[in-house]
Amino acid sequence: MSTMTAKAAETAGAAGAVRSWKTPVILAVLAVLALVVFALGAPVNAATFRLSDPSDAVVLPDLVLSAPVVGWVSAVLLLAAAALSVQAVRAGRQVPGWLLAVFAVFFVAGFLTWVVGSARTPNVALYGLLAGSVTLAVPLIFGSLSGVLCERSGVVNIAIEGQLLFGAFAAAVAGSLARNAFVGLLAAALAGVLVSLVLAVFSIKYIVNQVIVGVVLNVLVSGLTGFLFSTVLSADAATWNSPPRLPVLPVPFLAEIPVIGPILFRQTVVGYLMYVAVAVIYVGLFYTKWGLRTRAVGEHPKAADTLGVKVNRMRFSNVLLAGVVAGIGGAFFTLVSVSSFGRDMTAGQGYIALAALIFGRWNPVGAFFAALLFGFATNLQYVLSFLGTPVPNQFLAMLPYLVTIFAVAGLVGRTRAPAASGIPYIKG
Amino acid sequence: MKLELKGITKKFGTLVANDHIDLVVEPGKVHSLLGENGAGKSTLMNVLYGLYQPTAGRILIDGDPVTFHGPGDAMAAGIGMVHQHFMLVPVFTVAENIALGSESSKAGGLLDLDATRAKIRRISDTYGFDVDPDALVEDLPVGVQQRAEIIKALVRDAEVLILDEPTAVLTPKETDELLAIMGQLKADGKAIVFISHKLREVKAVSDVITVIRRGKVVGQADPGAPAAELASLMVGRSVSLALDKAPAQPGEVTFQVRNLTVTAGNGQRVVDGVSFSIARGEILAVAGVQGNGQTELAEAILGLQEHVSGSITLDGQELVGRKVKEIINSGVGFVPEDRTVQGLVGTFSVAENLVLNRYDREPFAKGLAMNPARVAENAAARIAEFDVRTQSAAAAAGTLSGGNQQKVVMARELSRPLKLFIASQPTRGVDVGSIEFLHRRIVAERDNGTPVMIVSTELDEVLELADRIAVLYRGRLMGIVPGDTSRDMLGLMMAGMTAEDARAMQQPDARQADTAGGDR
Amino acid sequence: MNRQMPGRGPARPDGHSGARSEAKAEEQRLETAVETDDGRMPPPAVPPSAQSGQLHPELGRTRPLLQRIMTGEALVAVLAIVLSLVAGGLLIALTDERVAAASSYFFARPSDTLGAAWSAASGAYAALFQGSVFNFEGDTFARMVYPLTQTLTVATPLICAGLGVALAFRAGLFNIGAQGQIIIGAMFAAWVGFAWHLPAGLHLLLVILAGVAGGALWGGLVGLLKARTGAHEVILTIMLNYVAIYLVGYLLTTPAFQRPGSTNPISPQLDATALYPRLFGDAFRLHWGFVVAVLATVFVWWLLNRSTVGFELRAVGANPEAARTAGISVTKGYVVVMLMAGALAGLAGVAQVSGTERVLTSGVAASFGFDAITVALLGRSTPWGTFAAGLLFGAFRAGGVTMQTNTGTSIDIVLVVQSLIVLFIAAPPLIRAIFRLPEPGQVRRSRAARKNSPAATGGAA
Repeated sequence: MSTMTAKAAETAGAAGAVRSWKTPVILAVLAVLALVVFALGAPVNAATFRLSDPSDAVVLPDLVLSAPVVGWVSAVLLLAAAALSVQAVRAGRQVPGWLLAVFAVFFVAGFLTWVVGSARTPNVALYGLLAGSVTLAVPLIFGSLSGVLCERSGVVNIAIEGQLLFGAFAAAVAGSLARNAFVGLLAAALAGVLVSLVLAVFSIKYIVNQVIVGVVLNVLVSGLTGFLFSTVLSADAATWNSPPRLPVLPVPFLAEIPVIGPILFRQTVVGYLMYVAVAVIYVGLFYTKWGLRTRAVGEHPKAADTLGVKVNRMRFSNVLLAGVVAGIGGAFFTLVSVSSFGRDMTAGQGYIALAALIFGRWNPVGAFFAALLFGFATNLQYVLSFLGTPVPNQFLAMLPYLVTIFAVAGLVGRTRAPAASGIPYIKG
Repeated sequence: MKLELKGITKKFGTLVANDHIDLVVEPGKVHSLLGENGAGKSTLMNVLYGLYQPTAGRILIDGDPVTFHGPGDAMAAGIGMVHQHFMLVPVFTVAENIALGSESSKAGGLLDLDATRAKIRRISDTYGFDVDPDALVEDLPVGVQQRAEIIKALVRDAEVLILDEPTAVLTPKETDELLAIMGQLKADGKAIVFISHKLREVKAVSDVITVIRRGKVVGQADPGAPAAELASLMVGRSVSLALDKAPAQPGEVTFQVRNLTVTAGNGQRVVDGVSFSIARGEILAVAGVQGNGQTELAEAILGLQEHVSGSITLDGQELVGRKVKEIINSGVGFVPEDRTVQGLVGTFSVAENLVLNRYDREPFAKGLAMNPARVAENAAARIAEFDVRTQSAAAAAGTLSGGNQQKVVMARELSRPLKLFIASQPTRGVDVGSIEFLHRRIVAERDNGTPVMIVSTELDEVLELADRIAVLYRGRLMGIVPGDTSRDMLGLMMAGMTAEDARAMQQPDARQADTAGGDR
Repeated sequence: MNRQMPGRGPARPDGHSGARSEAKAEEQRLETAVETDDGRMPPPAVPPSAQSGQLHPELGRTRPLLQRIMTGEALVAVLAIVLSLVAGGLLIALTDERVAAASSYFFARPSDTLGAAWSAASGAYAALFQGSVFNFEGDTFARMVYPLTQTLTVATPLICAGLGVALAFRAGLFNIGAQGQIIIGAMFAAWVGFAWHLPAGLHLLLVILAGVAGGALWGGLVGLLKARTGAHEVILTIMLNYVAIYLVGYLLTTPAFQRPGSTNPISPQLDATALYPRLFGDAFRLHWGFVVAVLATVFVWWLLNRSTVGFELRAVGANPEAARTAGISVTKGYVVVMLMAGALAGLAGVAQVSGTERVLTSGVAASFGFDAITVALLGRSTPWGTFAAGLLFGAFRAGGVTMQTNTGTSIDIVLVVQSLIVLFIAAPPLIRAIFRLPEPGQVRRSRAARKNSPAATGGAA
């Protein structure tokens, strides 16, 4: 973390810094877009955001916003923020992070008000929208944490998709056979490890290009689960493919807090494990011996080797650990979300997790928020298509992918990946 | 602690890197290993440090045989190593780098860097190092990074310290400081193995000198032995330390650089307002310690740098703002400093590498179609002319030895009519035989009437080739001095003194310069 | 992993070599060092033997034939295919109902189980062969060779898109986006095909051009973004795949892309003038698109091995720094190669709408774009290798359909076998270890070598 501040300070201090106009240009374009669509194109309606369910213990009043007012306010603020960023770059400084954050918040607020206001039913349950976003983000978060573990120790993990899918499959089968969701959860973790094992053996031992192994593993898992699904699982779904669901375990009292209560305290084991995993991996990576070694192996494996750290063994074990994490994430599909396995049911979530990892700058917490953003975009699409908006459904569905392209191309650009990521370590 | 190597042999396939090497390293002594590039010094030290397993032979500590399965074992036995390319993680702090591998933990398994910080401060105080434990390594100057490396070894209670070519990246002043530190460590009873091919330093600091050639020990030498004797022992034949080149016959000035400034991606000015010119038939050497803007200067001329202001003219044509291809085609020959990264495509054949920047020109191509026959003919001719030792023109360039790779790059650049020739580190990592050959080709190109610019961090090479010498320090030109300027004056300029100041400092005290600069 | 590279390093007299394992480890290290520029770059998708152009016909004729065969890539490829088929066969047998029934009394009569397993696997593979190469039950010659023409038909889009992926690989880019490029190519081609009404010949030509342009647009966008912003092409191509799917999904909800009077997400039939003519009459589905695929292969071969553009792309892929220093624009290379890769995938889209499907649906690309990646990998990113791999996978696909209808074995097994083949081929040492083949360049291999290869085991550090 101190890296970034030090770098920023150095850059800011340097005379005649090289100016990058990329960010201001993107902000300006978005701000103008906001002016045209949110402000000039504002619906006359008011948008209603419900903050709590009428049956909740604590009921908050609805938030009713006038679409033109919010549209104009946000457009003006966005234009101001864009102007500030232009000024910052002209002065030879980088666009500050808080400005980007403020920009994002107002853009989302303006967009939400506009899109809800324009809908046939201009009324949306904000609490549901948020809770749903977190739910949709759960497998993404597990997936990107798997990526963090691998890439931080120098192995590119494209096989997240395969780990999730195999985890989902194993959870369904083992859960059905044992009639116990927790057995399914365990099996999912093992399945993730199995995929990881192949990844590790081929990329570390046989020095095969890691991206190739990842891509091929995804195909392999897709084929394997698809084959077993159509032969075994479909033949006798009652035995093989009807796992019990993991129970929701609300924390008494805390779960009743409006808006954030359900998000944090009304989850299944998988949901709670997610929060734990984010925290543990973050602390582990930056504040423990294991983390120091992992990062060293991912940045400068030879330096680590000369200090007696077993580079390839470290990478191997971290890749296996990543399998556990992603496998559990996969269990979400069949033990929490729906209670049966379907062909290719992860539907590319592993790739989105990969994008979240990069968007989150290889940091567990960053990846967490990036995954939440994708979850939010996806859920928004569901909610809005339900409300009936003027935007065609397919464009809403594109949203997460377009956001990713914007993110990797515009705002993140050449971020610094772990220096040795993707590069095998050969002694000598 | 007394360390003995007995009959160490290390083979890579059929290649014998070390052949029955015996060596005794005693506490309180500096033992120098002298040998040219590729003689097997680094291999031997990697064996000693546990990175390689010896094919045959034993390592003894205080008379007892030991086996190292990895660097961890060597460290535990009290051997520390400062690698030629620092083994520091750039994005870690000094403390994190030093803790790595022998971390201490506090309650809850959390990392305890305070203990490491304390150790660093204690060692810094003992030896007068000025190293901030919380500084990021990538922000530190190389001299300080090297001290961090030394601390890393000392924290692990190293009794034997291996320094692999430690002065390659240092200014003359920093080198002197390092030599002083080595004296202190020696006085503390540490044994030091000093690996170098620089005679002056080896003579200055050693108690014992072992000379290695082609993987074998060829003799022990006394530090007082004359430099020429050491050199001939090292190379295996008597070497004329000077290239007998005719004096330059400078013609008209065709290449001019005016007020050139290059800005790096982070906003730092890596080349800062540099102006100079080179005449036809003249070699200008750009001297300086690694990382003072020479690389960027050379790259800016070829158009490889992005943020360049000022002017570069060749035959009256402006080069700034033009594409690399245009600049190459206008007659600029360029030998980059790292041939494996910039000079060659390792997986391409020698023949393809020999046309790497002319593949799309007559006679190698017509329109979009390439002509393999012409490419092959060219390869045969260049391989013969430059005596490139390769199995065939179709062999991958990456399989060639360093010297032969450099010949391929040099052959490519010198085999067309040039208006300017730039060579960065033209003989880095090249054996002595090839060095002579390459140097002669460079002088021949000068005598052809081409302006030549050499960038080198090796003072020996600068003095050997240069008709005039430009010294860069932190991107600024310290001055341009004649080719026969003394080492000491160049040393002062390389440490940041302008030519005038350096001259002023030299003149009142000529006696001192005489003693220090008398080696060659 | 160039097994046919004559000699490495300076030639030295071969003394007695006491440490084969060291030698092998060092050789492997050197090989990888050459490939990875001493660990500064990830290992390439393309074997170095393929990175150098084919400017040297004399290369590789220096070693005895038998030794070349035993250590060659061809043998490894064949064994990888065999091994994958065996693994697939086991999977078929394990999931077969008759095998399961027989296994309930396995200990009483194991031969029943084994027999059932054999008949399940061999039956499935026989059907696969019957559906892809030669139908020995056919009563006319046409019926007998019909499967082969089906294979060629299915192989056509695979080859085209595979060439696109392979080309990008050669420039060092992972083009996961063939799927999206096929879709957009098909979308453009189909629209020109059904919305414009032009004379025969010209119409098809314009359809092809439109498809090529569409694919090139989608691919070039990736190249442009990569070149301008440094964004990673793997992420960009994956995301653009989804965008393409939703884009075509949206267009199929608009009247411009729907059949008059219908709201189904399916386009009108392409005009007859916009279709590839059948190659052997109406009895076979094989169309002129296959000939286009052959021509595309020839073109890519020429491009890579005989043209200046190919030289540039290969240099950019093998060592971008050196390419830049030699005056080759790396960013331009990215844009150019992605334009061409997209164009080739667009050709696959044309083969779909003008050759087999004749309409545009959102499923027009099937999974050809993803299969194309494995095709390119299997073909080691060489044009003719990709062509051959395309034929093989085309056979799997065509035969897989027959297999599924005849024996009830799910076509998904094809994916398993395909991916196993690619995995095994990427790791020749594994294949050699399984079949106990000699190491390349060595008469006899040493078991001790295993111990020295990095990370033989896992476990916490």
